[in-house]
Amino acid sequence: MELHSSLTLVLPEIVIAISALLLVLVTAYVGDKTARLVSILAATTLGTAAVMVAPALFEGAAGPDTVAFNGQFYADSFASFAKILIYLAAIACLLIAPSFFNRLSAFKPEYPVLILLATLGMSVMVSAGDLITLYIGLELNSLAAYVLASFLRNDTRSAEAGLKYFVLGALASGILLYGMSLVYGFTGTTSFEGVRAALTGEMSTGALFGVIFVLAGLAFKISAVPFHMWTPDVYEGAPTPVTTFFATAPKVAAIALTARVTLDAFGNQADAWRQIVIFAALASIVLGALGAIGQNNLKRLLAYSSINNVGFILIGLAAATVAGLGAMLTYLAIYVVMSLGSFVALLMLRDAEGVPLETFDDIAGLSTTRPAIAWCLLLLMFSLAGIPPLLGFWGKFVVFQAAVEADLVVLAAIGIAASVIGAFYYIKFVKVMFFDDAVDRVQGKSDAGHWVLLVLSAVIISPLGYLAMRWLGGLTDNAAAALFLAS
Amino acid sequence: MEGFPILTTMLLVPLIAAIACFFVNAQTARLLALGATLIDLALGIALWLAYDIGGAQWQFTEVADVFAGFEYRLGIDGIALMLIMLSVFLMPICILASWDAISKRVGEYMAAFLIMETLMIGVFAAQDLFLFYIFFEAGLIPMYLIIGIWGGADRIYASFKFFLYTLIGSVLMLVAMLWMVNVAGTSYIPTLMQYDFAPEAQTWLWLAFFASFAVKVPMWPVHTWLPAAHVQAPTAGSVILAGVLLKLGGYGFIRFSLPMFPEASAQFVPLIFVLSVIAVIYTSLVALVQEDMKKLIAYSSVAHMAIVTAALFAFNVQGLEGAMVMMLSHGLVSGALFLCVGVIYDRLHTREISRYGGLAINMPRYALFFLLFTMASIGLPGTSGFIAEFLSLTGTYQVSSTVTLFLTTGIILGAGYMLYLYRRVVFGVQVHEDAAAMTDLNAREWAILAPIAAAVLWMGVYPESFLAPMRADIAALEARLARAAPAGDAHLNAGEPRAEAANALAGEHEGEGEH
Repeated sequence: MELHSSLTLVLPEIVIAISALLLVLVTAYVGDKTARLVSILAATTLGTAAVMVAPALFEGAAGPDTVAFNGQFYADSFASFAKILIYLAAIACLLIAPSFFNRLSAFKPEYPVLILLATLGMSVMVSAGDLITLYIGLELNSLAAYVLASFLRNDTRSAEAGLKYFVLGALASGILLYGMSLVYGFTGTTSFEGVRAALTGEMSTGALFGVIFVLAGLAFKISAVPFHMWTPDVYEGAPTPVTTFFATAPKVAAIALTARVTLDAFGNQADAWRQIVIFAALASIVLGALGAIGQNNLKRLLAYSSINNVGFILIGLAAATVAGLGAMLTYLAIYVVMSLGSFVALLMLRDAEGVPLETFDDIAGLSTTRPAIAWCLLLLMFSLAGIPPLLGFWGKFVVFQAAVEADLVVLAAIGIAASVIGAFYYIKFVKVMFFDDAVDRVQGKSDAGHWVLLVLSAVIISPLGYLAMRWLGGLTDNAAAALFLAS
Repeated sequence: MEGFPILTTMLLVPLIAAIACFFVNAQTARLLALGATLIDLALGIALWLAYDIGGAQWQFTEVADVFAGFEYRLGIDGIALMLIMLSVFLMPICILASWDAISKRVGEYMAAFLIMETLMIGVFAAQDLFLFYIFFEAGLIPMYLIIGIWGGADRIYASFKFFLYTLIGSVLMLVAMLWMVNVAGTSYIPTLMQYDFAPEAQTWLWLAFFASFAVKVPMWPVHTWLPAAHVQAPTAGSVILAGVLLKLGGYGFIRFSLPMFPEASAQFVPLIFVLSVIAVIYTSLVALVQEDMKKLIAYSSVAHMAIVTAALFAFNVQGLEGAMVMMLSHGLVSGALFLCVGVIYDRLHTREISRYGGLAINMPRYALFFLLFTMASIGLPGTSGFIAEFLSLTGTYQVSSTVTLFLTTGIILGAGYMLYLYRRVVFGVQVHEDAAAMTDLNAREWAILAPIAAAVLWMGVYPESFLAPMRADIAALEARLARAAPAGDAHLNAGEPRAEAANALAGEHEGEGEH
């Protein structure tokens, strides 16, 4: 009976796993010409999985009924929220890929399969209730991601990105494992519940080191300063659809995982890790903003922008309250939409031969030659900068509100003042597109799928999005409450 | 009128027209923008007529429960009413002023202006703290684009400076707002206006709001974005900037800083006075030596707005009324002066003062309008400027005669730079042939300048129309501030009354005693 209910709870993951394995077989036996079919099937799988996890979110599932395999796996509404975001982002990344890879004749069915496997890993990550489950999910995701980064085998930049990602990722995994073993050694258990119970009151130095190492490993995965160095290089080198994927789904997974580890397993030691999170948050905001200023490559710029955004998300974590966690989730959802939109717009910037354009020089005066793309990008950039009435402002608003309510007024003031530095490069983006003389390099027709995604994200982040915030806020509050209930 | 959501309609009309402007050709966009702004003007007049003077403090209130975290609550008092009137009055004029001057990307330009109008009305009508902030901050986007796309040669520097200066000011205000709402438990502005925050907290909150409003006003020494932005912005952009956007700062002080933090406001009176005095004298002197007409008027704006800030912090009825009239008057007059510059700029494409001269000969009607607005800027009796300066200075005099002395020099210096400008541009001999060949005002320019001239004279001759709606609100504000009002420096002592009238004659006195 126990096994049966556990299996029911992990059914979405089982579906993804079986589908991924079957599609690998199809790929192996039939070959490259199935790429399109495999993509469609993979997207369908993810869509099915999203529908399967949705009830948990809308019903606000929490408590013992959501625990599978004796605490190894939580299928609560928190996990469900993260999973839906991840699945939707992954589906979007499947949609945008064909037109990019087709030009290079590099559209292979391995791409959707790897996305499926990475998504499976992320699914496990956000549901992890045990250090071991956490590590399995994380590695499954990472290994698929390393391959995806170097998916364009003949492109040296892509290969370099994959290698860099792998070396640094392996290092981070090592740090994480070391931290986990310390935590295990000093608490005698790997389950979050057990760790939480063991880490009450005064913490021993060894356990503290364990916490710090675990956080350092996780900081790498969410690319928070000072473990952010890989991000610009990998984002720039990886094929743009893959970069889009990295900037969205794994980010959600890693942040949700970090939230669960800190608030559940280390939940009784909030004072110990809060200063680490505050430092990482402020450093990410400032460095993410300063690093972006000098960039000429738009993908690098967006990489720094993602570092910057992670900083704001971590401010919600620093609050360590239900409101803070809910704010984080709201911000994450908005961030995923903004990131997707920006990268899709980037994918649409191609010259007459279809070669992707990636620098500021290429988009000068875009507003006169391709006004629709330029105006959508304008909305996205102001939204990323957090200027009202665009939805990006709402993300920052809830996060800072949570920080102020948790008496972190100084943190909020510094964080919000530092956001002005970030505004500089976002408005530079707008300046290049709108104020500079047109170079008219962007040519060619864009995919209908790209247009749909771009316009959809622009509509969501436009002031119309505020109308959905009550609904989204309700969902994130449920999800956040579930995590606190589980702990 | 009852129940009709007039404020929401005023927000939606320009917004819908703005979206439509993206999809139509240039001429249609112009007509659409003019039509939308005129509808808003008509709605504004209806609003003014329907406003019940002496009625409820907040009228035309609307609530819609659609957002998370804050509420869609609109409503106006007399102060907001007057500033909304100013906005809707200037908007059609701005559209007309850009009729021929803007020839590239007309649809987007008109859309930016219409969105601007929506946001400005929203700022004045918002009754929720966060709704106010959203409207307040959102104005950065269209203004950034207006300066950056349609501005002059150095527009990029000016647009960045404008954007970043105002952004850093207002983000600190957001943190303060979050804290206030957390403590007070509501974001409803009328409640917050009566809420007593702890005096120590008020100091910090006041400073955070000050950071935002001081940049917007702008006060010395954070005024430097203004000349840059004005010089580079297209004429209509300058009109909106000087006419309405600067008023957001003054409105912020009167709506938030003063009623919400009375103790802190009293505490910072010396700071405001010192900054205002420096601004009046320093920027007036700077204005004297300008070679660029727009820059000169921009500096004069800083000087005039400094009188507004000083008068606001006088904590008395005259000062508050004076500050409000000054904002309205300055909105009209400086807008009109920028339009006057625009008229000749459109003909000669230079703002350099020395390139003009003797315009009274070939453009007599223009010279007349320009003279009227120059005099209004100086504060000649009969124009709105006089009412504004007289009330403001009367108000500050009750608090500090020294400060008033310095502020008054601003009027003398103002006369200096404005008359000097007028002499160089309009009088004298015609040195340059191209300037001498310029034609006088055309019908469109008449339509732009004449309404402002009428309004300036109206406000100068019969200010009661404008003061009446605000009277109750200003009285309420004064009552709220009374407990913190600074003591005046005059220390008047009533002497012993004499036994008899001063002109009484000794003989009469005796005679009276006889019977």
